[in-house]
Amino acid sequence: MNGRFCTAGLLAVFTAAASAAPLGLPPVPVPADNPQSPAKIRLGERLFNDARFSADGKVSCATCHVPAKAFTDDLPVSKGFRGLTGTRNAPTVINAAYMKTLFWDGREPDLEGQSKQPPVNPVEGGLPDHAPLLEVIRKDPGYVKDFRTVFSVEPEDIDMDQVAKAIASFERTLVSGDSPFDRYYFGGDSGALNAAQQRGLRVFTGKGRCVSCHRIEQTQALFTDNRFHNIGVGFRKIRGREQETARQFLQAKRAGAKVDVAVLTREKVSELGRLAVSGNLTRVGAFKTPTLRNVARTAPYMHDGSLATLEEVVDFYNNGGRVRESDPLSPFLSGGIRPLGLDAQEKRDLVAFMKALTSPGLDRLATRGGRNHD
Amino acid sequence: MTDPKRRRLLKAGGALLAAGSLPLSLVELAFGKDRREHFSFAYLSDSHITHVRGREFVRNWDRGLIRAVAESNLLDPRPDFIFYGGDIAQLGKPEEIDHGLEILSALRGEVHHVMGEHDYYLDLGEHWRKRLGPDHYSFDHKGVHFVVLNSILTFDDWTYHRWSSAAERMHQMARLDNPQGSPFMVGESQRAWLKKDLDTVSHDTPVVVFSHSPLQKIYKGWNFWTDDAEQVQALLQPFDKVTVLYGHVHQIQYNQIGNISFHAAMATAWPWPYPSSYRQQAAYLPKLTVNMNRADPFFERDATGWQFIDLDSGKVDVHYLLPGNRNRVVAWDGKAGHPVDTRYQAEADRIPPQTHY
Repeated sequence: MNGRFCTAGLLAVFTAAASAAPLGLPPVPVPADNPQSPAKIRLGERLFNDARFSADGKVSCATCHVPAKAFTDDLPVSKGFRGLTGTRNAPTVINAAYMKTLFWDGREPDLEGQSKQPPVNPVEGGLPDHAPLLEVIRKDPGYVKDFRTVFSVEPEDIDMDQVAKAIASFERTLVSGDSPFDRYYFGGDSGALNAAQQRGLRVFTGKGRCVSCHRIEQTQALFTDNRFHNIGVGFRKIRGREQETARQFLQAKRAGAKVDVAVLTREKVSELGRLAVSGNLTRVGAFKTPTLRNVARTAPYMHDGSLATLEEVVDFYNNGGRVRESDPLSPFLSGGIRPLGLDAQEKRDLVAFMKALTSPGLDRLATRGGRNHD
Repeated sequence: MTDPKRRRLLKAGGALLAAGSLPLSLVELAFGKDRREHFSFAYLSDSHITHVRGREFVRNWDRGLIRAVAESNLLDPRPDFIFYGGDIAQLGKPEEIDHGLEILSALRGEVHHVMGEHDYYLDLGEHWRKRLGPDHYSFDHKGVHFVVLNSILTFDDWTYHRWSSAAERMHQMARLDNPQGSPFMVGESQRAWLKKDLDTVSHDTPVVVFSHSPLQKIYKGWNFWTDDAEQVQALLQPFDKVTVLYGHVHQIQYNQIGNISFHAAMATAWPWPYPSSYRQQAAYLPKLTVNMNRADPFFERDATGWQFIDLDSGKVDVHYLLPGNRNRVVAWDGKAGHPVDTRYQAEADRIPPQTHY
């Protein structure tokens, strides 16, 4: 079973039978202009792990998306070059291939667009632009050979589109389903979930109303609706300053300010959420619904990493979008967020259910992802 | 007409709104030479604040209004004023009106109100008038004549002689498809007042009328209807540019009858289906209107929202802000001579409704 997570198994999946997606997941969508190939995936993996693409030579994609930590970093908000911190929690790369937008605010439409931003963000890679990164690649004989094989380009023609395509191809291999939940729900194995987890599933789809956004479909479950919701997280950081923050940011944006720089370097602007990307006043503080697959392995939680445990997350929702019942509610709260009235048993069961969303073989993914190609 | 310039602007505005941006600053730039001619105001409506007991109110309706207030406070530049389209309350209780006004008090700017039937039929508007003043009046703003009408009155016999209690009267009027119901009307004395009010206004002055019910006849069973609509329209037709803005219907509607453009407002509380989906009775939804597709019941704010309104040279563009949906803009098209949806008007550009099975 774990064989599907080894490189050979994955390559078989992506070069031959798309229908061999893991239990509970659909085939990975692959854009027509970036087909998977074994050589491209290998190249992408090497680029993903290359720390030279940063101002201090210490930050790679894998710095915040650590293969051994389920491709996250265990930190509330990620650390970039020279230890600088941003405003957002690193989401896992596992199953990011299914996301319809990337980043918590969905500011990029696909994986190809996503990987171009961090190297040149002032609190992430810290490079002034992509030129130094391309210089490293063009002077590295191994990369030159690989880019020639994969993209049929000479060193001077290597560009960021190709770099991003290779990284995206690698990321499209980081998929994992086949969790106890999948075996129970889609695989017909009624013993795959214990009694508490089965009760938790009922809370998840019933009284807890989690499934409204973290979706389970008839034949698959991505545990996301790929939409943006204000669930109350981070509201305290911007409370009473929404008008001023939105006005100043939207004016700066019209004058040319970059969204990714502003949201990662300014805490209040970060809390504008999807509004910062779309300018739409109905998206204040709205962030993308993350998948819940492997959620037991991806603490801390929420876009700002402000909740440390799954128990805290459940309490947050149970209180209607706030840490404590006495906390103020965001006026911009999404309609679906309201006090749930879960009792202690239901909360425990819900947490037990979320722990049944962990895929086997994550460690095998990690071993593969962590391999040093240098 | 300023059509070429205006069309460019609409195009830019539409495209930006598609991406979700605010076009207001562009509007100001484009019309900077004659700012008197252009301004905007926000329009919130139909919150149906519902009292449960003590200090408890139905949470979902509270949150809908709170959210619309907070979002409209972000408009930049600020709208000149805010209009509230009626039905603050669900059953006309003073608690409901007071609680709704408390939420509305967070609005940044002056607020005008129109009376809704849910504000009226318990105490015949007494508490509403105590808090908000007269239920019909007019005012002038930057060269536009605004008129507020109480369009939800009905026959005296129904109002005064039919019911054993005020609460029963309110409940009867709150029901849909109620055989005991009664059609809304502006009524003779208000029409006389309107005639007199308009007598002093030159015919080239743009006129904007606020009513709660549509001053046109769409579907009687739900009072998407004003019984003396034709008589009110006749008083308005002599003016070159007239717009009627109404609440009550909780959905996007627009129409053109002679010189009069009609636009409906979204509710902050809940969406109504289109009466055309209700086949047992005749419904006259304006052909011009591109319906919103059916609301998603799993999405609590779907097909609700609020709007801001641009007035340019006396004609109205309505920008609908729709949580969880793509925003819509219904704008005056000088060439067509009626309002159009800037994205979906052409048949080919519409999104087919989902087929359920």
